[in-house]
Amino acid sequence: MTNKINIFKPFLFIVALLFSANTAWAYDPSVADTNKTAPAETPAPVQKQETKGFDAGKMIMEHVSDNHSWHLFGHYSISLPVILKTDKGIEVFSSSRFGHEGEEKAEGKYYAYELKEGSVVVVDEVSDTVDEAATASLTDLSITKNVASMFITMLLMLWVFISVAKAYKRNPGKAPKGLQSFVEPLIMFVRDDVAKPSIGEKRYERFMPFLLTVFFFVLFSNYMGLVPFFPGGVNLTGSISIAMVLAAFTLVITFFVANKHYWLHVIAMPGVPIPVLLILTPIEILGLFLRPFVLMIRLFANITAGHIIALAFFSLIFIFGEMNTGLGLGVSLFSLVFTVFMGFLELLVAFLQAYVFTLLSAIYFGSAVDEGHDVHNHADDHLPERTTN
Amino acid sequence: MELVKPSIGLIFWMVVSFSIILFLLKKFAWKPILGMIKEREQSIENALASAEKAKEEMKLLQSSNERILAEARSERDAMLKEAREIREKMIADSKGIASKEGERLLASARENIQNEKNAAITELKNQVAALSIEIAEKILKSELSSDEKQKTLVSTLLKDVNLN
Repeated sequence: MTNKINIFKPFLFIVALLFSANTAWAYDPSVADTNKTAPAETPAPVQKQETKGFDAGKMIMEHVSDNHSWHLFGHYSISLPVILKTDKGIEVFSSSRFGHEGEEKAEGKYYAYELKEGSVVVVDEVSDTVDEAATASLTDLSITKNVASMFITMLLMLWVFISVAKAYKRNPGKAPKGLQSFVEPLIMFVRDDVAKPSIGEKRYERFMPFLLTVFFFVLFSNYMGLVPFFPGGVNLTGSISIAMVLAAFTLVITFFVANKHYWLHVIAMPGVPIPVLLILTPIEILGLFLRPFVLMIRLFANITAGHIIALAFFSLIFIFGEMNTGLGLGVSLFSLVFTVFMGFLELLVAFLQAYVFTLLSAIYFGSAVDEGHDVHNHADDHLPERTTN
Repeated sequence: MELVKPSIGLIFWMVVSFSIILFLLKKFAWKPILGMIKEREQSIENALASAEKAKEEMKLLQSSNERILAEARSERDAMLKEAREIREKMIADSKGIASKEGERLLASARENIQNEKNAAITELKNQVAALSIEIAEKILKSELSSDEKQKTLVSTLLKDVNLN
């Protein structure tokens, strides 16, 4: 099992690197564009851009990043509540006030607001310029597209697992049926192939609720993200904030459960001379934070990359279609084949990322609660358990 | 870059709702599900263990059956052998007794015969003796019936004596 991960890690890293390079390439032009247009009067340049043609980078970025309204198709979108905490008080209004494209000025109770690069800024009502001081004190707690999608995912999870739990209570000791038999292998997988080998037979139980919740949350949001229409299609786990919170939970739990043995190994590795400790201890302390950081980046990069590449293939159709209709049709065939292929790959990646995130969290918990029977060889403590599985 | 910039609102909602869902799922889903799975596993394990035990017992029973059968068989063989021996011995014994009896009978018969023969011989001798005495008497009577005869006899007898 460990070998597999070791093979996968560099592979994933390379994939992530490739795709993140892709991201930069896809994004940069649009940044340059918006940067150029933003200081000038807003509505006119936007119009000009639209007439200029299809902007793949802008389209892709709009899809993978968060938004204050949920765009469905064409000119239809769902307005979501905007919640702002200003220095004068809390403001709540519908995102429809920003207009369909988010280009309008919304009049609030205390200030007037505008969307600039997806984030809310306070504008002076008279001079129409950004009020920097008020913007700095502004906290945006809006129910954005990602938040709404997160709520939907969580409600789905609650519905699925509570009904499954009821099914278990209804026929105890029987073979699983329906939804139950779909979910049970995954639960068993998390328990027997993730938690038990990484944490140990004796101590894994208290981590199961967190590991299962994380696993299914990542899995459900990954798969929801692959659904191209409402309520799916949102790049939820590919949002850095979500990945960050999940990684932070892992970090906090690790710190809470960590025993003396673990801290001793971090602060003063036993059997290591003091001059070496001067170098080793900072590295170990850095490592504590680096591990969840890597968890966050891995999830974020993989899922975002998947969304970007699928959208990029579709963008090719329109880019070539603008040149020549026939060319666009030709490319569409190629794009379709590749998108289907990528779709299958993403199905795998969606599961793999949920698995890797859960597995690494479990390994961190395992190292935090490990009693360390052999001081010189603590890496091998769980090896016999792993090889048996 | 907007893409890698964490947003406070999203983090806030995620922390709040993830904590809530973690709590809710832990209480209403994971605990009963994991408990039930564990219970079921245990019951399956118990069933398997008891099946194994029953199998073991069956095996034990079978082996003891076989042992009893083997014992019975050997006992039967022993009994048969004993019976055969007894029979042979009986036959041999009865044969010996019979021959001895025969011999004894023969011997006594022979003895009887001998006795009878002896008795007969004795009687024959007696009768011969009596007969010869009678003959001798008759001869003497006839010999001594006349004087002349007596005189001749005496003279012969005397003659013999003279010779001596």
